[in-house]
Amino acid sequence: MNSLVAGISTLSLARWQFGITTVFHFLFVPLTIGLGLLVAILQTASYRTGDLAYERMTRFFGKLFLVNFAIGVVTGIVQEFQFGMDWSRYSVFVGNIFGAPLAIEGLLAFFMESTFLGIWIFGRGRVSKRVHLASIWLASLGTILSAAFIMAANSWMQHPVGYVIDPTTHQAVMTNFWAVLTNSTFLAAYGHVLFAAFLTGGAFALGVAAYHLRKNHDKVAFGKVARIAIVVTLLSSVGTAFLGDSQAKLLEKQQPMKMAAAEALYNTESGASFSLLTIGDLGDNPIFQIRLPHILSVLATNTWNGKVQGINQLEKKATAEYGAGSYVPLIWLCYWSFRIMVGLGILLVLLGGVGLWLVRKKRLEKSPRFLRFATWMIAAPFIANSFGWIFTEVGRQPWVVYGLLSTSKAVSVISPGYVATSLIGFTAIYTFLAVIEIGLMFRIAKEPPAIETLEESERIPELIY
Amino acid sequence: MLALISTSPSGLEQLWFALIGVLWLGYFFLEGFDFGVGILLPFLGKNDNDRRVIVNTIGPVWDGNEVWLLTAGGATFAAFPQWYATVFSGFYLPLFLILAALIFRGVAFEFRHKREDATWTKWWDRAIFWGSALPALLWGVAFADFVHGVPMAANYSWTGTFFDLVKPYALLGGLSTLALFTLHGSTFLGLKTHGDVRQRARVVGKALAPATFAIVTGFLAWTYLTAHNTHHTGLVPPLLPIAGVIALAGVGWLIRDRLEGWAFLATAIVIVAFFTTLLLNLYPNVLVSSVSPHFDMTIAAAASHPYTLKVMSWVALIFTPFVLLYQTWTYIIFKRRVGHPSPGEISSSVPAQR
Repeated sequence: MNSLVAGISTLSLARWQFGITTVFHFLFVPLTIGLGLLVAILQTASYRTGDLAYERMTRFFGKLFLVNFAIGVVTGIVQEFQFGMDWSRYSVFVGNIFGAPLAIEGLLAFFMESTFLGIWIFGRGRVSKRVHLASIWLASLGTILSAAFIMAANSWMQHPVGYVIDPTTHQAVMTNFWAVLTNSTFLAAYGHVLFAAFLTGGAFALGVAAYHLRKNHDKVAFGKVARIAIVVTLLSSVGTAFLGDSQAKLLEKQQPMKMAAAEALYNTESGASFSLLTIGDLGDNPIFQIRLPHILSVLATNTWNGKVQGINQLEKKATAEYGAGSYVPLIWLCYWSFRIMVGLGILLVLLGGVGLWLVRKKRLEKSPRFLRFATWMIAAPFIANSFGWIFTEVGRQPWVVYGLLSTSKAVSVISPGYVATSLIGFTAIYTFLAVIEIGLMFRIAKEPPAIETLEESERIPELIY
Repeated sequence: MLALISTSPSGLEQLWFALIGVLWLGYFFLEGFDFGVGILLPFLGKNDNDRRVIVNTIGPVWDGNEVWLLTAGGATFAAFPQWYATVFSGFYLPLFLILAALIFRGVAFEFRHKREDATWTKWWDRAIFWGSALPALLWGVAFADFVHGVPMAANYSWTGTFFDLVKPYALLGGLSTLALFTLHGSTFLGLKTHGDVRQRARVVGKALAPATFAIVTGFLAWTYLTAHNTHHTGLVPPLLPIAGVIALAGVGWLIRDRLEGWAFLATAIVIVAFFTTLLLNLYPNVLVSSVSPHFDMTIAAAASHPYTLKVMSWVALIFTPFVLLYQTWTYIIFKRRVGHPSPGEISSSVPAQR
């Protein structure tokens, strides 16, 4: 086909493409969801109290929200269309079930968020204050709903329910939509992702506010934001962890191989210990290890001496059930992704906890080290979100739909040259956009808001509608 | 032929073919003028202020308009998985170009005014132009290909290359949509702006109308003749393309007589007639094979099972009215012409964010 990419298969190119697109898209989406809610809260506070500090903060974080929103939208189109482009055999196999939430997501969520955001951006002064406030809440609700449908679709890939396989077409056919919407995997994963998104918004707002508090910019307004953001960060980090824990228990039942890979647990154990850190080989000969006794059993089964299945035993079981082949995902990637995600999650709980303690002690503004730490911690949820998805998606391999369709049978029958072209093209575009976006976000985030009186803020508009 | 007769679509499948058709029509009607506005931006915007006015005519609505595409894509995935899979993988490169264009265009609307820097704005305005022109052309190419046939063999396997997709008929289809959307954009701008920009939109519209008429009429005639001679269906009522052509012939007169609202309605009718002709021409297929009629993909063969279609029908029935209501409402909120306030309006006006 194409001599440049000879030897590289369509499959591996398509997998890289999917991974890069998904991680890139999901850098922006959680911040959209989290900041959307935060801006809605700030505007409500402004509306209720008439306090201009809240009004300034609504506009300040509103600007950041919009820059971020734009990239989330445009990468979302690729996210939806790449299933047909790169994964056409997957699309035919799952369309009956997977397509429905995607279509409903468009109809229920995307229309809502885009339309009401349009009203929010351009309607200030054009619509009443009450309608303007309602429009940000509806846009925020739209972002929250959109996450629900895509998570229902993804959860079906992790744990298929409510379907039969059509014997003539070999497609998965939906038999129970309610089962798809109440999939235990979905309920846990949606909560986890939603809390993670609020956490991303909370930690971001806290970090930005902390920066300005340190620089003595508009201390009243940023102090208020920091207090709200600390509460959001603490509540949502604890919520994320709690639901992550119930996901682990489901995982041990539904995808024990992913759980075993996350722990690099080669052999079934009762009262299994949790590996906190490993240097060297993840198998039998590590150079250095820290292990917490019994903790893995508690995490996976909720009992002190519960049995956690190991990779070797699970592989044997899988070959007996599905035929010869390897059913083990990339262990090192699962192991480390899981640790990075959980480690940063714990740090974020600490961030929220220490923050709250400083607020209670009335020492927040006087703690430059905490404020500096909070600003650096802006990066944490983004990294944790990315590795969370890498773990979830890599850990399911070799399956694309768990137990039903392997990834190698899901890819489109197309020339690797095509996929290479779009892989290079999209990666270049994403890199370019990331540089522009991060540059813009930094500029806007670092610029202190102009303190204006209400009269000044109601100046003559440059354009009317 | 036997295969075609034995697999005629059920009522539910026909409904979903129609609904997906409506989603595409909505997309092309709405984003059609977005594309036109983007294409006309460098020609009608003589200075920075004009360009801001032009971009702001679609500012509050373009994103909502683009969701029609996402919903059409999602609904096709759900209702006709085989269609979605074959088209999206088969039209790989054109689709990649469309997506890249839509990415740049979308962020450009948000980014262009984020820095007070003429070079910065100039580059994003270029992104808006190319990001509008490229999809406006390529969507026409793709839809013409659906009708005239794609290199698809047994089991819907793709046998051709990119160059099989850019035949003369398809290129004429692409030119048609490019011209039509640009004209649609000019009638929209005539309706939504004041003064100089409005005047220039009128001049451009008048100049574009005859050329668009020639291209689109040629394409529709070609489409209609093929439908009768080569394909078997003839489902397209002749009145439909004729109505489109008549509406298109009227656009030039309406613009000349300053009947801007009617001119916009006329370009909207042309777009609806144009794509309805193409979609009805496809029926009862969703994709025609240029290899052999035996390999055509029928609606019935591409469709999901009845259960999925029923679930989707209920969801669509319940929620579509809300979407239509609030989307119409935004056009009512932002119904005024975009421009600078006259002295009398200043006292009552309030801040706009940009």
